[in-house]
Amino acid sequence: MATKPTFSQEISNLLYASHGKPLKTCIQCGTCSGSCPVVDFMDQTPRRLIGMINADLKEDVLDCNTYWFCASCYQCTVRCPAQIDIADVMYAVKRYSIWHKTYRDDLVGPTFSETFVKTIVRSGRSYEPLLAPTYMFSMGIKEVLQEAHMATQMMLKGRMPVLPTKIKRLDNFKNMIRRIIPMGGAK
Amino acid sequence: MKKFAYFPGCSLEKLALSYNNSSVETSRMLGVELQELEDWNCCGATTYFHVDQLLAYTLVARNLAMAEKEGLDLVAPCSACYKNAYFTNKYIKEDADLAEHINYALEEDDLQFRGKINVHHVIEVYANEIGVEEVAAKVTNPLEGLRVAPYYGCQIVRPKHNGMDSENPQFFEALVSAMGAEAVDFPERLRCCGGSLIMTSRHAALDMVRTLLQSAVDCGTDVIATACPLCQVNLECYQLQVNDEFGTNFKLPVLYFTQLLGLAMGLPPKKIGIGSELVSAAPFFKKYLSKQVS
Repeated sequence: MATKPTFSQEISNLLYASHGKPLKTCIQCGTCSGSCPVVDFMDQTPRRLIGMINADLKEDVLDCNTYWFCASCYQCTVRCPAQIDIADVMYAVKRYSIWHKTYRDDLVGPTFSETFVKTIVRSGRSYEPLLAPTYMFSMGIKEVLQEAHMATQMMLKGRMPVLPTKIKRLDNFKNMIRRIIPMGGAK
Repeated sequence: MKKFAYFPGCSLEKLALSYNNSSVETSRMLGVELQELEDWNCCGATTYFHVDQLLAYTLVARNLAMAEKEGLDLVAPCSACYKNAYFTNKYIKEDADLAEHINYALEEDDLQFRGKINVHHVIEVYANEIGVEEVAAKVTNPLEGLRVAPYYGCQIVRPKHNGMDSENPQFFEALVSAMGAEAVDFPERLRCCGGSLIMTSRHAALDMVRTLLQSAVDCGTDVIATACPLCQVNLECYQLQVNDEFGTNFKLPVLYFTQLLGLAMGLPPKKIGIGSELVSAAPFFKKYLSKQVS
């Protein structure tokens, strides 16, 4: 009889290409947490998050901000004595939370990533001004003014893109993407 | 002249145009041609990987396949582009199943990737392919007395890959010395700048930037040298916001290593994008500019 995969198995299955060691080999030493430059801002440390995944505490894992606060600096990955690709685990949980829409409402990361990917799927290139609304709405008035001030200065220095760019073989590019993921009616 | 397929990446089109221009110009001075890859697409930074892994590798592979078609190794100036290209290249070479899936998609753009090329960061080209001694030999206006903090950041040295020391690399220091400047002992040189957290987890990222700036000031830095557009923007453009947020008073210039090297090789400042900084470096290098060639 087929059994439903556990949460820890589901996450492990998402670590497709990086060939890191399995999550189950974690010895809970805490080198990752000690090396993480963002740890002070996380609800749970990376060590605890791995422990929680291994214990199949799915709701608790998905409910914390830890994986969306990972900056992908790979300091944990290069130092892990068990050779687990911890940054890649964070990516896997991010993907899981996007696909299942289980991320927390107060996080900017998921919407930002989705908008970024949509921009690229449509044009082949990234375009910063389209991304701004995804995080500007989460800010207070003071931060919005700070951002506007900085943007103005950068514009004066010729550092802000005025128009979005597109790649030339965009149709081929979109067909290529369709062979990987179904895009429905997306244009 | 040695030639590479050059993948500038989206940031270098505008936000970091000075990095683009200085990379191309200093490379030319060093006998290296960076030939821009025709019709390249965005590498996805970190965000493709948040959504779909196979899609992320496929989109990077399109650029690799186009470089391979030209028969050239790929060079990227941005650390995130470099990391994506380097590891996609590595994984496709190692994993026939992954390669098959990706090549099936690439057919749509009449491309195929066989895994015959290598991927380098611009700083690696200078440090390894050209060599520090060769670089030093081209320096005509040594930046004597300038105290430069070599900031590696994350994705040039991590994740671990062949020949790269991820705990104590020295190639950036060696390049700074080759420019005739002094490489300061910068304790946080490998610590992350926050990357895209500046947009998604702003408070955390501003705190990370503050830590780096404080460390650089504490070790007597005149200028921070970077090799990544995101590091440059976070450290330089967000300095004002860090000051606002934490009541600090940082005014530390942050230049691309290619700009400093260009200056040391006597390139005109305009050609290497000097003048587009928000925190001007002019007070520190006025004296070097008087000797430049035109």
